[in-house]
Amino acid sequence: MKRRVLPLALLVLPAFAGAGDPDVQKLMQRDFHARGQATMQRIAQDGLQRICTESRDRPPADVAKALEADQMKTIAFPAGSLIGDWKRGEQIAQNGRGLQWTDKPGEPAGGSCYNCHRLSPAEFSYGTIGPSLLGFGKLRGNGPEIQRYVYGKIYNAKAYNLCSQMPRLGYSGTLTPEQIRDLVGLLLDPASPVNQ
Amino acid sequence: MRAGLAALLALCFFIPRVCAQEGSQEIQRYRQMVAEGSPAELFELEGEALWKKRQGPKQVSLDKCDLGLGPGVVKGAYARLPRYFKDADRVMDLETRLLHCMTTLQGRTREVAAARVFGSADNPSEFEYLSAYVAAQSLGAHISPGMAHPKEKEAYEFGHTLYFRRAGPWDFACTSCHGEEGKRIRMQDLPALAQPKYAGPAIATWPAYRVSTSQFITLQWRINDCYRQMRMPEPDFGSAATVALIHFLTVTGKGEVYRGPGNKR
Repeated sequence: MKRRVLPLALLVLPAFAGAGDPDVQKLMQRDFHARGQATMQRIAQDGLQRICTESRDRPPADVAKALEADQMKTIAFPAGSLIGDWKRGEQIAQNGRGLQWTDKPGEPAGGSCYNCHRLSPAEFSYGTIGPSLLGFGKLRGNGPEIQRYVYGKIYNAKAYNLCSQMPRLGYSGTLTPEQIRDLVGLLLDPASPVNQ
Repeated sequence: MRAGLAALLALCFFIPRVCAQEGSQEIQRYRQMVAEGSPAELFELEGEALWKKRQGPKQVSLDKCDLGLGPGVVKGAYARLPRYFKDADRVMDLETRLLHCMTTLQGRTREVAAARVFGSADNPSEFEYLSAYVAAQSLGAHISPGMAHPKEKEAYEFGHTLYFRRAGPWDFACTSCHGEEGKRIRMQDLPALAQPKYAGPAIATWPAYRVSTSQFITLQWRINDCYRQMRMPEPDFGSAATVALIHFLTVTGKGEVYRGPGNKR
Protein backbone atom coordinates (compact mmCIF):
# COMPACT_ATOMS: atom_id res chain seq x y z
CA MET A 1 0.00 0.00 0.00
CA LYS A 2 2.72 2.45 0.99
CA ARG A 3 4.62 1.53 -2.16
CA ARG A 4 1.65 2.32 -4.34
CA VAL A 5 0.78 5.57 -2.63
CA LEU A 6 4.15 7.28 -2.81
CA PRO A 7 4.89 6.97 -6.54
CA LEU A 8 1.37 8.16 -7.26
CA ALA A 9 1.98 11.37 -5.33
CA LEU A 10 5.30 11.85 -7.10
CA LEU A 11 3.66 11.35 -10.47
CA VAL A 12 1.00 13.94 -9.83
CA LEU A 13 3.33 16.49 -8.24
CA PRO A 14 4.95 17.72 -11.47
CA ALA A 15 1.50 18.53 -12.82
CA PHE A 16 1.29 21.24 -10.15
CA ALA A 17 4.87 22.34 -10.35
CA GLY A 18 4.29 25.30 -12.64
CA ALA A 19 7.32 27.45 -13.39
CA GLY A 20 5.88 30.03 -10.99
CA ASP A 21 7.18 29.30 -7.60
CA PRO A 22 10.97 29.20 -7.82
CA ASP A 23 10.66 32.68 -9.32
CA VAL A 24 8.29 33.88 -6.61
CA GLN A 25 10.57 32.46 -3.96
CA LYS A 26 13.51 34.34 -5.43
CA LEU A 27 11.53 37.60 -5.36
CA MET A 28 10.52 36.99 -1.77
CA GLN A 29 14.13 36.25 -0.82
CA ARG A 30 14.94 39.67 -2.26
CA ASP A 31 12.02 41.52 -0.62
CA PHE A 32 11.90 40.02 2.88
CA HIS A 33 14.37 39.82 5.75
CA ALA A 34 14.70 37.61 8.82
CA ARG A 35 13.51 39.15 12.06
CA GLY A 36 13.62 37.54 15.49
CA GLN A 37 12.67 33.91 15.22
CA ALA A 38 11.04 34.43 11.81
CA THR A 39 13.86 33.14 9.63
CA MET A 40 14.12 33.30 5.85
CA GLN A 41 13.77 29.51 5.67
CA ARG A 42 10.05 30.15 6.15
CA ILE A 43 9.81 31.59 2.64
CA ALA A 44 10.23 28.20 0.94
CA GLN A 45 7.13 26.06 0.47
CA ASP A 46 6.92 22.38 1.32
CA GLY A 47 5.12 20.04 -1.07
CA LEU A 48 1.82 20.36 0.73
CA GLN A 49 1.86 24.15 0.75
CA ARG A 50 2.76 24.09 -2.91
CA ILE A 51 -0.10 21.80 -3.90
CA CYS A 52 -2.63 23.68 -1.76
CA THR A 53 -1.49 26.99 -3.26
CA GLU A 54 -1.58 25.76 -6.85
CA SER A 55 -4.93 24.00 -6.49
CA ARG A 56 -6.45 26.87 -4.47
CA ASP A 57 -6.97 24.41 -1.60
CA ARG A 58 -8.82 21.95 -3.81
CA PRO A 59 -6.29 19.20 -4.51
CA PRO A 60 -7.33 16.20 -6.62
CA ALA A 61 -8.74 13.47 -4.37
CA ASP A 62 -5.97 10.94 -5.05
CA VAL A 63 -3.22 13.47 -4.34
CA ALA A 64 -4.96 14.57 -1.15
CA LYS A 65 -5.31 10.99 0.04
CA ALA A 66 -1.67 10.16 -0.58
CA LEU A 67 -0.32 13.30 1.03
CA GLU A 68 -2.68 13.06 4.01
CA ALA A 69 -1.28 9.58 4.63
CA ASP A 70 2.23 11.09 4.59
CA GLN A 71 1.18 13.75 7.09
CA MET A 72 -0.40 11.08 9.32
CA LYS A 73 3.03 9.47 9.66
CA THR A 74 4.35 12.67 11.32
CA ILE A 75 2.08 12.22 14.32
CA ALA A 76 3.57 10.46 17.35
CA PHE A 77 0.72 9.53 19.68
CA PRO A 78 1.73 9.39 23.38
CA ALA A 79 0.83 6.20 25.22
CA GLY A 80 -2.08 6.13 27.67
CA SER A 81 -4.86 8.65 28.10
CA LEU A 82 -4.55 11.71 25.89
CA ILE A 83 -6.78 13.82 28.12
CA GLY A 84 -4.73 16.45 29.93
CA ASP A 85 -5.69 19.36 32.15
CA TRP A 86 -8.59 21.31 30.62
CA LYS A 87 -7.82 24.38 32.77
CA ARG A 88 -4.37 24.66 31.25
CA GLY A 89 -5.98 23.82 27.92
CA GLU A 90 -8.28 26.83 28.22
CA GLN A 91 -5.25 29.10 28.72
CA ILE A 92 -3.48 27.59 25.73
CA ALA A 93 -6.64 28.07 23.64
CA GLN A 94 -6.82 31.75 24.65
CA ASN A 95 -3.15 32.45 23.92
CA GLY A 96 -2.48 33.71 20.39
CA ARG A 97 1.27 34.12 20.68
CA GLY A 98 4.02 31.97 19.24
CA LEU A 99 6.43 31.90 16.28
CA GLN A 100 5.92 35.57 15.33
CA TRP A 101 8.93 37.88 15.08
CA THR A 102 7.53 39.77 18.08
CA ASP A 103 7.34 36.63 20.25
CA LYS A 104 10.19 35.69 22.53
CA PRO A 105 11.88 32.52 21.29
CA GLY A 106 11.64 29.70 23.79
CA GLU A 107 8.60 31.11 25.53
CA PRO A 108 5.64 28.67 25.52
CA ALA A 109 3.32 29.40 22.60
CA GLY A 110 -0.46 29.29 22.54
CA GLY A 111 -2.78 27.51 20.15
CA SER A 112 -4.73 30.60 18.98
CA CYS A 113 -7.81 28.36 19.17
CA TYR A 114 -10.33 31.11 19.97
CA ASN A 115 -9.14 33.08 16.95
CA CYS A 116 -11.10 30.63 14.80
CA HIS A 117 -13.27 28.39 17.03
CA ARG A 118 -15.96 28.74 19.62
CA LEU A 119 -15.10 26.64 22.68
CA SER A 120 -16.13 27.58 26.24
CA PRO A 121 -19.60 29.19 26.28
CA ALA A 122 -18.35 31.99 28.59
CA GLU A 123 -15.95 33.29 25.92
CA PHE A 124 -17.91 35.49 23.52
CA SER A 125 -14.89 36.70 21.61
CA TYR A 126 -14.38 33.76 19.28
CA GLY A 127 -13.66 33.48 15.58
CA THR A 128 -15.60 31.63 12.91
CA ILE A 129 -12.97 30.42 10.42
CA GLY A 130 -13.19 26.98 12.02
CA PRO A 131 -16.35 25.19 13.21
CA SER A 132 -17.83 25.76 16.66
CA LEU A 133 -16.50 23.21 19.12
CA LEU A 134 -19.02 24.01 21.83
CA GLY A 135 -20.23 20.72 23.37
CA PHE A 136 -17.62 18.77 21.38
CA GLY A 137 -17.06 16.00 23.93
CA LYS A 138 -20.65 15.95 25.09
CA LEU A 139 -21.70 14.94 21.59
CA ARG A 140 -18.90 12.48 20.92
CA GLY A 141 -17.91 10.97 24.27
CA ASN A 142 -14.27 10.73 25.34
CA GLY A 143 -13.17 7.20 24.42
CA PRO A 144 -9.72 6.28 23.06
CA GLU A 145 -10.75 6.69 19.44
CA ILE A 146 -12.00 10.27 19.74
CA GLN A 147 -9.01 11.13 21.98
CA ARG A 148 -6.73 9.92 19.22
CA TYR A 149 -8.62 11.88 16.58
CA VAL A 150 -8.53 15.16 18.53
CA TYR A 151 -4.86 14.75 19.46
CA GLY A 152 -3.93 13.96 15.87
CA LYS A 153 -6.03 16.77 14.43
CA ILE A 154 -4.34 19.34 16.67
CA TYR A 155 -0.88 17.85 16.10
CA ASN A 156 -1.25 17.86 12.31
CA ALA A 157 -4.58 19.00 10.90
CA LYS A 158 -3.35 18.33 7.37
CA ALA A 159 -3.35 14.58 8.01
CA TYR A 160 -7.15 14.76 8.02
CA ASN A 161 -7.80 17.52 5.50
CA LEU A 162 -4.81 18.31 3.31
CA CYS A 163 -5.50 21.99 2.69
CA SER A 164 -7.19 22.82 5.98
CA GLN A 165 -6.59 26.39 7.15
CA MET A 166 -5.67 25.06 10.60
CA PRO A 167 -1.95 25.16 11.43
CA ARG A 168 -0.06 21.94 12.09
CA LEU A 169 0.42 22.90 15.72
CA GLY A 170 2.45 19.89 16.85
CA TYR A 171 4.30 19.24 13.60
CA SER A 172 5.41 22.90 13.38
CA GLY A 173 6.79 22.79 16.92
CA THR A 174 4.30 25.41 18.10
CA LEU A 175 2.76 23.26 20.85
CA THR A 176 4.35 20.48 22.91
CA PRO A 177 2.69 17.04 23.23
CA GLU A 178 1.78 17.99 26.81
CA GLN A 179 0.05 21.19 25.65
CA ILE A 180 -1.85 19.24 23.01
CA ARG A 181 -3.01 16.78 25.69
CA ASP A 182 -4.31 19.76 27.69
CA LEU A 183 -6.26 20.93 24.64
CA VAL A 184 -7.69 17.42 24.20
CA GLY A 185 -8.79 17.75 27.83
CA LEU A 186 -10.48 21.06 27.07
CA LEU A 187 -12.46 19.41 24.29
CA LEU A 188 -13.20 16.00 25.83
CA ASP A 189 -13.10 16.19 29.64
CA PRO A 190 -16.72 16.03 30.89
CA ALA A 191 -15.77 18.67 33.50
CA SER A 192 -14.51 21.11 30.83
CA PRO A 193 -16.71 24.19 30.28
CA VAL A 194 -16.82 23.19 26.60
CA ASN A 195 -19.03 20.25 27.61
CA GLN A 196 -21.36 21.97 30.08
CA MET B 1 -14.27 55.08 18.96
CA ARG B 2 -16.69 54.15 21.71
CA ALA B 3 -15.43 50.58 21.69
CA GLY B 4 -11.88 51.77 22.28
CA LEU B 5 -12.93 53.88 25.22
CA ALA B 6 -15.07 51.07 26.60
CA ALA B 7 -12.10 48.71 26.43
CA LEU B 8 -9.98 51.28 28.20
CA LEU B 9 -12.55 51.84 30.90
CA ALA B 10 -12.89 48.07 31.37
CA LEU B 11 -9.11 47.87 31.76
CA CYS B 12 -9.21 50.69 34.29
CA PHE B 13 -11.87 48.87 36.22
CA PHE B 14 -9.74 45.77 36.60
CA ILE B 15 -6.32 47.37 36.96
CA PRO B 16 -6.90 50.77 38.58
CA ARG B 17 -3.21 51.52 39.00
CA VAL B 18 -2.52 51.21 35.28
CA CYS B 19 -5.44 53.49 34.63
CA ALA B 20 -4.26 56.14 37.04
CA GLN B 21 -1.03 56.47 35.08
CA GLU B 22 -1.36 55.59 31.41
CA GLY B 23 -5.14 55.45 31.31
CA SER B 24 -5.76 59.04 32.29
CA GLN B 25 -3.37 60.17 29.58
CA GLU B 26 -5.25 58.01 27.09
CA ILE B 27 -8.59 59.41 28.15
CA GLN B 28 -7.23 62.91 27.94
CA ARG B 29 -5.95 62.25 24.45
CA TYR B 30 -9.29 60.79 23.47
CA ARG B 31 -11.24 63.75 24.85
CA GLN B 32 -8.92 66.19 23.17
CA MET B 33 -9.36 64.49 19.82
CA VAL B 34 -13.12 64.30 20.13
CA ALA B 35 -13.20 67.97 21.03
CA GLU B 36 -11.06 68.91 18.07
CA GLY B 37 -12.80 66.75 15.48
CA SER B 38 -11.85 63.47 13.78
CA PRO B 39 -8.54 62.05 15.02
CA ALA B 40 -7.45 61.54 11.42
CA GLU B 41 -7.75 65.29 10.84
CA LEU B 42 -5.04 65.95 13.39
CA PHE B 43 -2.73 63.71 11.41
CA GLU B 44 -3.71 65.44 8.17
CA LEU B 45 -2.80 68.84 9.60
CA GLU B 46 0.48 67.60 11.01
CA GLY B 47 1.19 65.90 7.67
CA GLU B 48 0.58 69.10 5.76
CA ALA B 49 3.07 70.92 7.98
CA LEU B 50 5.61 68.15 7.39
CA TRP B 51 5.01 68.27 3.64
CA LYS B 52 5.95 71.94 3.67
CA LYS B 53 8.84 71.62 6.10
CA ARG B 54 12.39 72.07 4.75
CA GLN B 55 14.36 68.97 5.60
CA GLY B 56 17.48 66.99 4.72
CA PRO B 57 20.90 68.10 3.43
CA LYS B 58 19.24 70.08 0.63
CA GLN B 59 16.88 71.83 3.07
CA VAL B 60 13.89 71.65 0.77
CA SER B 61 10.28 70.69 1.42
CA LEU B 62 8.31 67.99 -0.38
CA ASP B 63 6.42 70.74 -2.23
CA LYS B 64 7.87 69.59 -5.56
CA CYS B 65 7.36 65.88 -4.92
CA ASP B 66 5.74 64.29 -7.98
CA LEU B 67 3.10 61.83 -6.77
CA GLY B 68 2.19 60.99 -10.34
CA LEU B 69 0.16 64.01 -11.44
CA GLY B 70 3.13 66.37 -11.69
CA PRO B 71 5.49 68.05 -9.22
CA GLY B 72 3.62 69.29 -6.16
CA VAL B 73 0.17 68.12 -7.27
CA VAL B 74 -1.39 66.47 -4.23
CA LYS B 75 -5.09 66.77 -5.03
CA GLY B 76 -6.40 63.48 -6.40
CA ALA B 77 -2.91 61.91 -6.49
CA TYR B 78 -3.49 59.24 -3.86
CA ALA B 79 -6.50 57.82 -5.73
CA ARG B 80 -4.22 57.14 -8.74
CA LEU B 81 -1.70 55.07 -6.79
CA PRO B 82 0.01 52.65 -6.93
CA ARG B 83 1.36 53.39 -10.40
CA TYR B 84 4.49 53.14 -12.51
CA PHE B 85 6.99 56.00 -12.18
CA LYS B 86 9.37 56.44 -15.04
CA ASP B 87 12.03 58.25 -12.98
CA ALA B 88 12.33 55.26 -10.63
CA ASP B 89 11.43 52.66 -13.27
CA ARG B 90 9.14 50.83 -10.89
CA VAL B 91 5.62 50.72 -9.48
CA MET B 92 5.24 52.70 -6.26
CA ASP B 93 2.58 53.13 -3.64
CA LEU B 94 2.23 56.33 -1.63
CA GLU B 95 4.75 55.49 1.08
CA THR B 96 7.34 54.21 -1.37
CA ARG B 97 6.95 57.38 -3.42
CA LEU B 98 7.27 59.58 -0.33
CA LEU B 99 10.52 57.80 0.53
CA HIS B 100 11.68 58.35 -3.05
CA CYS B 101 11.02 62.09 -2.76
CA MET B 102 12.79 62.27 0.59
CA THR B 103 15.92 60.73 -0.89
CA THR B 104 15.91 62.48 -4.28
CA LEU B 105 14.51 65.94 -3.46
CA GLN B 106 15.65 66.36 0.10
CA GLY B 107 18.88 64.43 -0.31
CA ARG B 108 18.32 62.26 2.72
CA THR B 109 19.82 58.78 2.68
CA ARG B 110 17.41 55.89 2.54
CA GLU B 111 18.72 54.67 5.90
CA VAL B 112 17.97 57.99 7.59
CA ALA B 113 14.62 58.60 5.88
CA ALA B 114 13.35 55.06 6.54
CA ALA B 115 14.87 54.65 10.00
CA ARG B 116 11.45 54.74 11.63
CA VAL B 117 8.65 54.00 9.19
CA PHE B 118 6.03 52.78 11.68
CA GLY B 119 5.40 54.96 14.69
CA SER B 120 3.69 54.53 18.02
CA ALA B 121 0.70 56.19 19.68
CA ASP B 122 3.00 58.61 21.44
CA ASN B 123 5.32 59.18 18.55
CA PRO B 124 3.80 58.70 15.08
CA SER B 125 6.13 58.39 12.08
CA GLU B 126 6.65 60.89 9.31
CA PHE B 127 5.09 58.43 6.85
CA GLU B 128 1.94 58.20 8.93
CA TYR B 129 1.49 61.97 9.09
CA LEU B 130 2.30 62.45 5.40
CA SER B 131 0.04 59.57 4.33
CA ALA B 132 -2.86 61.12 6.22
CA TYR B 133 -2.31 64.47 4.51
CA VAL B 134 -1.84 63.18 0.98
CA ALA B 135 -4.66 60.62 1.16
CA ALA B 136 -7.13 63.22 2.47
CA GLN B 137 -6.58 65.29 -0.70
CA SER B 138 -8.23 62.47 -2.69
CA LEU B 139 -11.50 62.56 -0.78
CA GLY B 140 -14.28 61.98 -3.30
CA ALA B 141 -11.99 60.81 -6.12
CA HIS B 142 -12.53 57.50 -7.90
CA ILE B 143 -9.82 55.01 -7.11
CA SER B 144 -7.97 54.24 -10.33
CA PRO B 145 -4.48 52.78 -9.93
CA GLY B 146 -2.16 52.39 -12.90
CA MET B 147 -3.00 49.30 -14.94
CA ALA B 148 -1.59 49.86 -18.41
CA HIS B 149 2.21 49.75 -18.07
CA PRO B 150 3.81 46.28 -18.27
CA LYS B 151 5.38 46.80 -14.84
CA GLU B 152 1.95 47.62 -13.42
CA LYS B 153 0.60 44.38 -14.85
CA GLU B 154 3.62 42.57 -13.44
CA ALA B 155 3.00 44.07 -9.98
CA TYR B 156 -0.64 43.00 -10.10
CA GLU B 157 0.35 39.43 -10.99
CA PHE B 158 2.98 39.30 -8.26
CA GLY B 159 0.50 40.63 -5.69
CA HIS B 160 -2.13 38.15 -6.84
CA THR B 161 0.37 35.30 -6.47
CA LEU B 162 1.44 36.42 -3.00
CA TYR B 163 -2.17 36.76 -1.87
CA PHE B 164 -2.81 33.06 -2.45
CA ARG B 165 0.64 31.68 -1.60
CA ARG B 166 0.75 29.46 1.48
CA ALA B 167 4.02 29.21 3.40
CA GLY B 168 5.62 29.41 6.81
CA PRO B 169 5.27 27.20 9.88
CA TRP B 170 1.51 27.81 10.01
CA ASP B 171 0.92 27.32 6.25
CA PHE B 172 -0.76 30.71 5.96
CA ALA B 173 -1.61 32.78 2.91
CA CYS B 174 -3.56 36.06 2.92
CA THR B 175 -6.53 33.83 2.11
CA SER B 176 -6.20 31.99 5.43
CA CYS B 177 -8.02 34.95 6.99
CA HIS B 178 -9.21 36.92 3.96
CA GLY B 179 -10.33 34.03 1.78
CA GLU B 180 -13.98 33.47 2.52
CA GLU B 181 -16.93 35.77 3.09
CA GLY B 182 -18.54 36.25 6.48
CA LYS B 183 -15.68 34.95 8.63
CA ARG B 184 -14.03 36.59 11.60
CA ILE B 185 -10.97 36.27 13.88
CA ARG B 186 -12.20 36.66 17.44
CA MET B 187 -14.69 39.55 17.01
CA GLN B 188 -12.99 41.09 13.98
CA ASP B 189 -14.84 40.76 10.67
CA LEU B 190 -12.57 39.74 7.81
CA PRO B 191 -13.11 41.12 4.32
CA ALA B 192 -12.53 38.61 1.50
CA LEU B 193 -10.21 41.03 -0.28
CA ALA B 194 -9.83 39.18 -3.57
CA GLN B 195 -13.45 40.17 -4.30
CA PRO B 196 -14.15 43.72 -5.52
CA LYS B 197 -17.13 44.17 -3.20
CA TYR B 198 -14.83 43.76 -0.20
CA ALA B 199 -11.62 45.25 -1.60
CA GLY B 200 -13.42 48.46 -2.65
CA PRO B 201 -14.65 49.59 0.77
CA ALA B 202 -11.35 48.51 2.37
CA ILE B 203 -9.16 50.41 -0.05
CA ALA B 204 -11.48 53.44 0.13
CA THR B 205 -10.88 53.85 3.87
CA TRP B 206 -7.11 53.26 4.16
CA PRO B 207 -4.92 54.69 5.61
CA ALA B 208 -6.85 55.04 8.85
CA TYR B 209 -6.89 56.05 12.47
CA ARG B 210 -7.04 53.00 14.71
CA VAL B 211 -9.04 53.73 17.83
CA SER B 212 -7.96 50.67 19.84
CA THR B 213 -4.27 51.64 19.65
CA SER B 214 -4.57 55.43 19.16
CA GLN B 215 -2.40 55.09 16.06
CA PHE B 216 -2.62 56.23 12.49
CA ILE B 217 -1.98 53.15 10.37
CA THR B 218 -0.90 52.91 6.76
CA LEU B 219 -1.19 50.20 4.13
CA GLN B 220 2.53 49.39 4.40
CA TRP B 221 1.95 48.83 8.11
CA ARG B 222 -1.08 46.64 7.42
CA ILE B 223 0.82 44.37 5.03
CA ASN B 224 3.74 44.23 7.48
CA ASP B 225 1.53 43.24 10.41
CA CYS B 226 -0.28 40.60 8.35
CA TYR B 227 3.04 38.91 7.55
CA ARG B 228 3.97 39.05 11.24
CA GLN B 229 0.76 37.24 12.13
CA MET B 230 1.30 34.81 9.26
CA ARG B 231 4.51 33.82 11.09
CA MET B 232 6.56 34.86 8.08
CA PRO B 233 9.78 36.92 7.89
CA GLU B 234 9.36 40.68 7.66
CA PRO B 235 8.76 42.30 4.27
CA ASP B 236 11.07 45.23 3.50
CA PHE B 237 9.34 48.61 3.68
CA GLY B 238 8.42 49.76 0.19
CA SER B 239 9.64 46.52 -1.39
CA ALA B 240 8.20 45.27 -4.68
CA ALA B 241 6.35 42.56 -2.72
CA THR B 242 4.52 45.02 -0.45
CA VAL B 243 3.72 47.38 -3.31
CA ALA B 244 2.51 44.42 -5.41
CA LEU B 245 0.07 43.32 -2.71
CA ILE B 246 -1.22 46.87 -2.25
CA HIS B 247 -1.53 47.20 -6.03
CA PHE B 248 -3.43 43.91 -6.29
CA LEU B 249 -5.87 44.99 -3.58
CA THR B 250 -6.28 48.47 -5.06
CA VAL B 251 -6.89 47.18 -8.59
CA THR B 252 -9.41 44.68 -7.18
CA GLY B 253 -11.24 47.51 -5.41
CA LYS B 254 -10.90 50.10 -8.20
CA GLY B 255 -13.78 52.39 -9.06
CA GLU B 256 -14.73 52.93 -5.45
CA VAL B 257 -14.93 56.55 -4.31
CA TYR B 258 -12.16 57.38 -1.85
CA ARG B 259 -13.71 58.34 1.47
CA GLY B 260 -10.65 59.84 3.12
CA PRO B 261 -8.59 58.45 5.95
CA GLY B 262 -11.04 56.34 7.92
CA ASN B 263 -11.45 55.13 11.46
CA LYS B 264 -10.80 51.52 12.36
CA ARG B 265 -11.52 49.48 15.44
